[in-house]
Amino acid sequence: MGKTIAEKIFEAHLVDRPAEDVWVLSLDAVFCHEITTPPAILELVRRGKDRVFDPARIKAVIDHVTPAKDGKTALQGKILRDWARRHGIRDFFDVGRNGVCHVLFPEKGFVRPGYAVVMGDSHTCTNGAFGAFTPGVGTTDLAVAILKGVCAFRTPRTMKITLSGTLPPGVFAKDAILAVIGRIGVDGATDRIVEFDGPAVEAMDMEARMTLCNMTVEAGATCGICRPDEKTVDFLWEFIRGDFADRKAAAAAFRRWWPDPDAVYEQEIAIDVSGLEPLATFGYKPDQVKPVRELAGTPIDQVFIGSCTNGRLSDLRVAAAVVRGRTIHPRVRGIVCPATPKIYAAALREGLIEDFLQAGFCVTHPTCGPCLGMSTGVLAEGEVCASTSNRNFNGRMGKGGMVHLMSPATAAASALAGAIANSPLFPGTRRTP
Amino acid sequence: MKTFGGSARFLDRADINTDEIIPARYLTEVERAALKPFLLEDLRLEGFDPQRDLAGCEALIARANFGCGSSREHAAWALEVNGIRLVVAPSFARIFRQNMFNGGLLALELPAAAIDGLFRRFARRPGIRAVADLEAGLLEVGGEGEVERVPFELGGFERALLEAGGWLEYADRRYEAGKRKGG
Repeated sequence: MGKTIAEKIFEAHLVDRPAEDVWVLSLDAVFCHEITTPPAILELVRRGKDRVFDPARIKAVIDHVTPAKDGKTALQGKILRDWARRHGIRDFFDVGRNGVCHVLFPEKGFVRPGYAVVMGDSHTCTNGAFGAFTPGVGTTDLAVAILKGVCAFRTPRTMKITLSGTLPPGVFAKDAILAVIGRIGVDGATDRIVEFDGPAVEAMDMEARMTLCNMTVEAGATCGICRPDEKTVDFLWEFIRGDFADRKAAAAAFRRWWPDPDAVYEQEIAIDVSGLEPLATFGYKPDQVKPVRELAGTPIDQVFIGSCTNGRLSDLRVAAAVVRGRTIHPRVRGIVCPATPKIYAAALREGLIEDFLQAGFCVTHPTCGPCLGMSTGVLAEGEVCASTSNRNFNGRMGKGGMVHLMSPATAAASALAGAIANSPLFPGTRRTP
Repeated sequence: MKTFGGSARFLDRADINTDEIIPARYLTEVERAALKPFLLEDLRLEGFDPQRDLAGCEALIARANFGCGSSREHAAWALEVNGIRLVVAPSFARIFRQNMFNGGLLALELPAAAIDGLFRRFARRPGIRAVADLEAGLLEVGGEGEVERVPFELGGFERALLEAGGWLEYADRRYEAGKRKGG
């Protein structure tokens, strides 16, 4: 019987089957940040087990609140920093070199096709874009992963989502994943791995595929996953060139992780993206999705462009193109957060930062802060934010605040309008509210 | 005899996420005990007052997809430090469910119809208790003079985690660092 991508990765990493439906997998890498890792470190220290299974396979970053905003966040950073030092964890990224984990770690080449990786963060699923199994886990799973290099999962069940057609101009991977979540619901993929397929996914660059996989957890998925292809090879080439004769050879080797033609899927869903229009959320759940035109005119107080969903260079390029030469609405506080120093530097070179500053945006250092209401952009009671992030939960960006999720193009257009608005990049709708 | 639960509260909403269970503004704490006052502070549920409604609570009965969203184990810890070691729901988000068992807490999945029945019979009554008995495989819910017994099955691995006291205890005995089957 044919296998899905996840089934192939599970078989290649099997350590133990402690029960009929449970697989304990060995891990190629364990990713860490300063919110969920310190409690794991403290627990291991308390138990007299302050060890790491392999310092070269552990990658750590301070990204949620950085630079520290108070004594508590300073302590979280210190616990992670001291731990990385005493265990010789070389790939540790602190102020000046740090960025949003799910953007930074792929950028550093830490995720490869066929890998099994865990991190104490639900959006670790982003990394599945590389053809890897990369579920988010809790702190106890993380502690065991750090100590033993293993993690337990149920027998993988895969849901195949085929995106056919071509994304229209002004419609992006963010709109596609919002459409998927709107269709299957916030528990539509619970305990399942979402394997993406189809010409629209093939046409996406790696950044778009990461956006796609990033929000699979909002449908309850364990992980999103894409076939590794030539685009995966190109993205990773500087890190893997020593391992393969040429790019073609690398792409051929990665086909090992493609699903078999007769792979068995628990469920298959097909969406033609050609008919999609820009989407945004309207409630407190990521599956509450409507066309932007139906939400047009909803007043906003803040716009946030950034996060592990949409803080990459391609996102900043699109947003800058929308605001270039214009000024954001005087009532709107605009926040742009390049996800890593490399992206920040590239945006500077390309003049994007200048575009944002001229338009009246504040450009912050790389951090996760605003997305989860921890720093640099917390909402007050009753305030509304148009955001390119991934969660619109009650209080997510600040107690009593409201979040509308959307693409960078829509967020940028909304900043100009002072209300939710479609971007001119989408020619389908020019109607003003 | 291993039992979980006690004084129970009903939360009549699906998709209660971990941001609602413990908001991110409290994730700057590195010790579990500090989370105690903030449990379910952002829960969007008509008439719900966490301070009043969770006093003395030892078990939660909720609707589908409990614990969705963030992986923060702080959600399971916030329950634990408040004395809640049992959550009963038709379904759980994967990471939250695993976090519960990994910490030796019971996330009990029952058929939606059974949960519906519990809500209908008991949700509006004071003094209701919910106790899950692992050995008997039985959840007892009820109060004065009226008790409903719902049988449940628990996977072998989940049972082993609860018996070991959690995944760290279980894995520490069983696995050597960096060993892979077949190399």
